[in-house]
Amino acid sequence: MGNSVLVFAEVKDGRVKKVALEMLSEGKKMAEKLGGDLSAVLMGSGIESLAEQLGQYGADKVYVADNEVLKDYTCDAYAKVMADLIKANEPAIVLYGATILGKDLSPRVAARVETGLASDCTDIGLDDDGKFTATRPMFAGKAYVDLSFTDSKPNMASVRPNALPVSPPDESKKAEVVKVDVNISPDDIRTTVKEVMKTAGEKPDLTEAEVIVSGGRGMKGPENFKLIEDLADVLGATVGASRAAVDAGWRTVDDQVGQTGKVVSPNLYIACGISGAIQHLAGMSTSKYIVAVNKDSEAPIFQKADYGIVDDLLKVVPVLTEEIKKLKAEG
Amino acid sequence: MNVVVCVKQVPDTESVIKVKPDGSDIITDDLKYVMNPYDEYGVEEALQIKEKFGGSVTILCMGPSRVVETIRTGLAMGADKAIHLDDPALEGGDAFATAKALAEALKGIEYDLVLCGKQAVDDDLSQTGQTLAELLGFPHASLIQKLEIADDNKSATVHCQVEGGLAVLDVSLPAVLTTQKGLNEPRYASLPGIMKAKKKPLDTKDLAALGLSADSVGCAGSKTIITKMTPPPERAAGKVIEGEGPQETVPKLVQLLREEAKVI
Repeated sequence: MGNSVLVFAEVKDGRVKKVALEMLSEGKKMAEKLGGDLSAVLMGSGIESLAEQLGQYGADKVYVADNEVLKDYTCDAYAKVMADLIKANEPAIVLYGATILGKDLSPRVAARVETGLASDCTDIGLDDDGKFTATRPMFAGKAYVDLSFTDSKPNMASVRPNALPVSPPDESKKAEVVKVDVNISPDDIRTTVKEVMKTAGEKPDLTEAEVIVSGGRGMKGPENFKLIEDLADVLGATVGASRAAVDAGWRTVDDQVGQTGKVVSPNLYIACGISGAIQHLAGMSTSKYIVAVNKDSEAPIFQKADYGIVDDLLKVVPVLTEEIKKLKAEG
Repeated sequence: MNVVVCVKQVPDTESVIKVKPDGSDIITDDLKYVMNPYDEYGVEEALQIKEKFGGSVTILCMGPSRVVETIRTGLAMGADKAIHLDDPALEGGDAFATAKALAEALKGIEYDLVLCGKQAVDDDLSQTGQTLAELLGFPHASLIQKLEIADDNKSATVHCQVEGGLAVLDVSLPAVLTTQKGLNEPRYASLPGIMKAKKKPLDTKDLAALGLSADSVGCAGSKTIITKMTPPPERAAGKVIEGEGPQETVPKLVQLLREEAKVI
């Protein structure tokens, strides 16, 4: 069994996802300790040129599976390419981003090669004996566990976006590009993509967003979410919502943050009119900085917030949007 | 259409989770248990399929004797029968070990579709559905928001949540589909439903009945091992920004975000 680290570098709209760069940065350190290579996998159609960037972020080798059949993601096709690569190259560790796609793909590959997978990890590393370990939340972050792996190889983990830092790229570094023969027959694909309907804009998904502005029951109605959207626009943020706002029909399920929605870890989370039910707090408490705007000074959200303003959000949010606009204009 | 719904019993999401001082597990003394919220969407969808196409709905649930209450909830909602996998050796497994037991339990039953919640809100693994599909040799689709079974019952069209939108997929059946909020509105069990549930068939199987060895399931059959559990890092309560109205408080907030937190 080898000692290399393999990173699944997810591509979205012709770009490598930031979480892939985060995993390469950590993967590089692990590969060095193990005395092996760091490799990355690119899958899609017309994606070969992205290998250069992966090299600059530390990949020694980039496997490029460039084929029309991989243009739209199907788990059947992607899992076959991944499993074949793993069987041929026997890496010690395989990493995926814990994105919607990564979380769909990784269990299927793990089951096919009969190995262990730690999902949605907030930290990964090697212990003193060089064994792979992972830390992940359970109960949407109400508890954390450290995991070790049995002898089945490779050890696999999906890593939560924004959890690991990105090391600066080295522009002189080039990865060896290895083209992968894609041997997929139509019979291998049992789920065919008929259409992909866009429902959101170009903003990152909540689970990957670096800044989130969320609204809750205190928004009073769907029309006031315009204020949240305006603030999100000046911050380049993704809009979120509490369960109360989703259940009231003001926002779609896609926007829900919390234990029965999405668990998020942005650098900045701005909660507007959200009192802070235990399920919501669990879903956002790994945010680096939390701002709460709420009329009720007793709201539990203030127990988690780094900065709080006790006031009417309908008055505060427009002023905040203007202030940030000014700041951005100043540069 | 015969549909199997995999259901897990989990602590209510209202629960405050406390970790044992030795870090081996959570303290379960005061926990209230419920059906995993994402599985409720699976039960509801299965019932709607049965109402449209006929057939049966089977609940498949693994866990100690307390999970019978959750199984009864599924039967009271309208499921026809249930299989309960109950053996100490099945406890403490990761998704691989759990899926292995579920896959074994499905052998010898006739079904066209398996539904699983997209994840359990206790371990949050989000793996069991996909792993089960792989072990059964079936395709899967995750995070479904809409399901239409073809008239010949040989395939289904599903709307799956993907990044930034929905993907419309044709899936051949049998398949495993994972369910979540947005798919439907799960019904409540009616009083007659609760009465009827008590008489519905519940097949309890231990390891011997499953025909699996103790080292292939549960903790012993797992590929990942929990070495330590800890409470989340404490977040100290921060500062409330004082001032007369947004004209005073907001500039102070912006300054803190810029200079102290350095996030804007």
